[in-house]
Amino acid sequence: MTAFIIKRLLSAIPTLLILIIFSFLLMHSAPGGPFSSDRPLPPEVLANIEAKYHLDDPLPLQIWNYVVGVVTQFDFGPSFQYKDRTVNEIIGQGFPVTLTYGTISFVVAVVFGCALGMMAALKQNTWLDYLAVGISIGAQVLPNFVMAPILVLIFTLWLGWLPGGGWNGGAWPYLIMPVIALSTSFMASIARIMRSSLLEVMHSNFIRTARAKGLPSRDILFQHALKPAMLPVISYLGPTFVIMITGSVVIDLYFTTGGIGQAFVNSALNRDYSVMMGITILVGCLTIFFNLIVDILYAWIDPKIKL
Amino acid sequence: MSLLEVENLSVTFTTPDGQVRAVQDVSFSLGEQKTLAIVGESGSGKSQTAFSIMGLLAPNGQTSGSIKFDGTEILGLPETELNAYRAAQIAMIFQDPMTSLNPYLRVSKQMAEVLMRHKGMSKTDAINDSIKMLDAVKIPDPARRVHMYPHEFSGGMRQRVMIAMALLCHPRLVIADEPTTALDVTVQAQIMDLLSDLQSDFGMSIVLITHDLGVVKGSCEETLVLYGGRVMETGPTDQMFAEPAHPYTRGLLKAVPRLGSTGAELATIPGNPPNMLRPPKGCAFSPRCGFANEQCNSAKPALEFFDAKRSRACHLTREQIA
Repeated sequence: MTAFIIKRLLSAIPTLLILIIFSFLLMHSAPGGPFSSDRPLPPEVLANIEAKYHLDDPLPLQIWNYVVGVVTQFDFGPSFQYKDRTVNEIIGQGFPVTLTYGTISFVVAVVFGCALGMMAALKQNTWLDYLAVGISIGAQVLPNFVMAPILVLIFTLWLGWLPGGGWNGGAWPYLIMPVIALSTSFMASIARIMRSSLLEVMHSNFIRTARAKGLPSRDILFQHALKPAMLPVISYLGPTFVIMITGSVVIDLYFTTGGIGQAFVNSALNRDYSVMMGITILVGCLTIFFNLIVDILYAWIDPKIKL
Repeated sequence: MSLLEVENLSVTFTTPDGQVRAVQDVSFSLGEQKTLAIVGESGSGKSQTAFSIMGLLAPNGQTSGSIKFDGTEILGLPETELNAYRAAQIAMIFQDPMTSLNPYLRVSKQMAEVLMRHKGMSKTDAINDSIKMLDAVKIPDPARRVHMYPHEFSGGMRQRVMIAMALLCHPRLVIADEPTTALDVTVQAQIMDLLSDLQSDFGMSIVLITHDLGVVKGSCEETLVLYGGRVMETGPTDQMFAEPAHPYTRGLLKAVPRLGSTGAELATIPGNPPNMLRPPKGCAFSPRCGFANEQCNSAKPALEFFDAKRSRACHLTREQIA
């Protein structure tokens, strides 16, 4: 187990290097740069600025210097867009916000998604099943960029119960709508996966054995069926959690929460290379980490998997 | 009074293609410490008969008739009331030990939960009893192996675990649904020997469901031959095997390979079992029967006693098919 974890963490190093090189090359191959704008700067000024940020160095050298800076000093460089802010500051400000509402949304999506999926599977082909499937289809076809304005319309403009945006240090009235908007479609997917996987398990031979043993249906569900039924859900949850705590551009835009999703999109639009790289590496690390967690959970549930 | 009394049991499945009458008018009874074999090809309704007794039919299956266990009607009992019988009074050994044990739970957990539920034992006592039962089914080193997962056992050992699990509460009736089908031939004999040893030790009755007549001969007093969901012939096994009274039974017995019969081609029954969505109008076996006449193709024969203990469902006389 420990050896497995160490091996996986070590193999993350080349993965991240490849990620860095590819994103670096992709970014620089797009036309334009951080300092090109509608009103062109005089060539000498541009050259000066580029020299200051080492953008005139050959690409391999730029990549090398970048990686060395990251590894030795945990320095992701200055923002090209905001003169006196570093990438670390920008991420340090936005990530806690996204992490907060992303984690809450994740918990909400998992709890309600699993409950809905289990209810649908156990009451297959009854009105409860149709209701659960209906809710999850409804939630699935309402993308968050539709959901968000509808929520604002209802709870802010009509009812006046909730603030239409802002963060305010994560006070709960500011959290409710972002969490609802972010979690619904994920909840729907979890419910769908849970339903089909639990249905399959409930039809398996070992569940028939459990019934033949005279166990009450509660024991059959929680002690025999749930573990295997959770496996497909868990493999979905790993990458989903990363998406939820990093990439909620729509949420950040609609509710002006100031999360990292907005910073990511802005950096892409403004060719703010360093911020883009920083967030890309953050997402890469989180993805690697949560895939590892998923694998560990798998091994914990399925005794046939030896790490 | 018999321990198990099944009367006019019928099982019908509603499928998108129509009604499938898997079992029709099946009756039999089984005394204490007796063994009954239910014999038939795949799709003859033998497993569905067993599942009806345990209340394990698929949700689209409807039953009619009566199943009395020790005088109490158990057909159609709600799940919660059936649970008092399951494992405690009537236990089942399933066909495929590879998939019938929960691969995600230790054997100790899967066995102990039976005792904890039905006997109210503590976990420690339940595991100790489980170890004793694993020892009784001749699993070596049971105290260590009880804590293993099913995939750490071989197929034959897993079936032993299934048998041990079924016997934990000393049930009065054990239904063994093709307990040896998924196993190697050498292991099959061991499992059958084990079952009959355990029967004399524990004194339970056994319903043995099988398509292997070789297995039946040594171990079962009574045999019931099913075809197309209907009883073709019943009676004491030795008499039936010595002098089969139904063309289907004759065909089955001829198809058993024998040692020493080298060179001769193995006899088979021509044709295939009926499609139960569109069963034959007359006798279910008539399309494959070498003796079938007009009457056989148009009317179903009734099951009638021709001897004190033997009955058959055939329009022809016993002399005609001899």
